[in-house]
Order: sequence, then structure tokens, then C-alpha cells
Amino acid sequence: MNAQQIIESVVQDQIKTDLPRMDVGDTINVHTRIIEGDKERIQVYQGVLISRRGRGINEMITVRRIVDGQGVERVFPLNSPRIAKFEIVRNGDARRAKLYFLRDRVGKSRRLRDRRRGLKHLEGARAKR
Amino acid sequence: MALSMLGTKIGMTRMFTESGANVPVTVIQVGPCVVTQVKTPERDGYAAVQIGYHDAKPRRSPMPIIGHDAKAGAAPKRFHREFRVEPDEVETYTLGQELTVEQLEGLAFVDVIGTSKGKGFQGVMKRHNFAGLEASHGVERKHRSAGSIGGHATNLGTGPKPKKGKRMAGHMGAERVTVRSLDVISIDKEQGLLMVKGPVPGANKGMVEIRTPSRLYAPKARRQRETTKNAG
Repeated sequence: MNAQQIIESVVQDQIKTDLPRMDVGDTINVHTRIIEGDKERIQVYQGVLISRRGRGINEMITVRRIVDGQGVERVFPLNSPRIAKFEIVRNGDARRAKLYFLRDRVGKSRRLRDRRRGLKHLEGARAKR
Repeated sequence: MALSMLGTKIGMTRMFTESGANVPVTVIQVGPCVVTQVKTPERDGYAAVQIGYHDAKPRRSPMPIIGHDAKAGAAPKRFHREFRVEPDEVETYTLGQELTVEQLEGLAFVDVIGTSKGKGFQGVMKRHNFAGLEASHGVERKHRSAGSIGGHATNLGTGPKPKKGKRMAGHMGAERVTVRSLDVISIDKEQGLLMVKGPVPGANKGMVEIRTPSRLYAPKARRQRETTKNAG
């Protein structure tokens, strides 16, 4: 085994296998576990997935939303136990891997079209898995 | 109980604790090390254990090393290290005994020693954390210099030279560095891996020495006292 494989084998059991298929441009709900004292509750953060980076245990997503007219971006580690689950609200149409241009958009132009193209292909890929 | 082991730095990754905290982790392949010599007070004047790590090609090993390691029934090793033990402890080690990561089981902290990455010839700001000179106020082309190095050295009498060991620009890195009191995150007995919290000196694939902590940093010592008190 080479070094990379050893490192991957160490963190293998920490990588989540039940994640839904999320693509850049999708609107998602992130359910985060918040611990206050000895109580635990779930907080939902909804926004547009604008970037996905990293591999394996290091995989991160950036979720952007508008709070009181102010843009907020949160970066979540996909495999963190502090995240209870991800939910897909809408499939948005994105033609690039990073949607940083949305930061400069105001008003209606901030919205993404619903995804129509390529969906059949994705369905096929999912079925194959 | 003093114990020292040799290993290889594999690389870094992250791990999540149950509560969700993100812990930076260095993966170290520990051993297997072979006891190549047991030194006793009667014969050698002091008690110590010598271990060897990493099989070397016999063709590339010097004859004395081949012969020395053959006495322990082992192939010639590339690295040898010795660590002192208490005189009454020395009997627990036998020649040719194999030490694996299991020896480190139960330890909460370890010290790791490695050879840091070479940085080449570096200035005083990087090498000794000097502040440099000012950015403006008339400073010209000397923003990263050390400033005055003083005159006559005290240990040379009042001579013409600066004191020995004066911190200046020069070669940095590629030296022995000890990181003390690293948290042990987990141990993988199957693959002989040790996971410690935080970075470890040296490049990946570099040889590192892992030893029982010589002296813990105060907060960690306090933490260990508390955990042992609760357990006992």
C-alpha cells in the first residue's frame, strides 16, 4: 500500500456513504447539530450550493444564502458528524463548477434556472450505482 | 517506563471526534523494530536497549552492521537507536524481540523526534523571528536586515569579534527537532499505525523517533493526572 492508500484506509470509516447526490447549483438544506449545554437541537440552513472542493474526508461544500439582504456563505465539511443530513430542495442549472459569479448578482438575476438538461444522463448513472 | 520506537511519517489528514470536532492528525507507521542489543550494567556499565528499524539491502549494508543485526537473528537494518532503561527493566527485553505499535498502547501522549525540512540559507526574519527594520522612515534596502550585531564579545574578552552563537542569517532546517507531548488519537494495530494530533517534523517518508514523553507540558500533565485519578 502506498502512503495515500494508508491515509485513506485510516479515515475510511469516517466517510459518509449515505449522502444524497448534490451538484453545484442545487438549493439544499443543511441540518446541523447545535449543542447548547447538554441539549442538542437541529438547525437548518438553506442556500445555494456554489462550490464543492476536496476529496474523501476533506470534501467541503460552500452554501450561499441571503440573510436580511446580506450575502452569507458557510463552508461545511461533508463528513462532519455535526451535520445530521443534507436535503435537496431544488436542482439548479449550473454550467460551471464554481458559482462565485452569484456574489455579484443582485435581484432576479441571482436565481438559477431549474435543471432540465442532462438529467436523463444523471438518472442513468444513479441507476448504475 | 522509557520506550523509544522508530517509524516513518506517512502524512497528514483529519479526523472527526464523536462530538464533531475536527482534529488534524499525522499518520506514523511505527516499527516493527527489532531489539538488536541489550546493554546491561554488568557488561556495559549502563542499562539500555538498542533497536533497529527498516530492512536495508544486505548488499548495501556494511559487514559490521550485517553481523551485528544477525546476532539478533534479523536482516540488516538501516536505522539503529538506543534508549536507556532502568537496570531492573532491562530483563524484559530479549535479543531479537520484535517491538510493534502495540507497545505504545495505553499511552495518552508521546514525544516525536524528526529531522525538519531543509530551508536552505535564510535571513534572520525567517530563521530567528527577528522583526526586521522599518518599512519607511528613511530605511533603504534594509527592510529585512537584523540591525546592529554589537561589538566586543564578552566571552572573547574585549575583542574585535561579535559573540559566538550570535543569531544571524544562515542555514536553516534539516536539523533534529523534538515535538513534545503530542496527543495520541488512535492506534491501528493491524497496519502498525500511530495517529497523533498535529504536525510532526520532517517530510513525508522521513524517519521519526517516537518515545514515551520525557516531561509533559503543564496543561497536559494536569489533564493526565485528572484522568488517572478518575480511573483509579
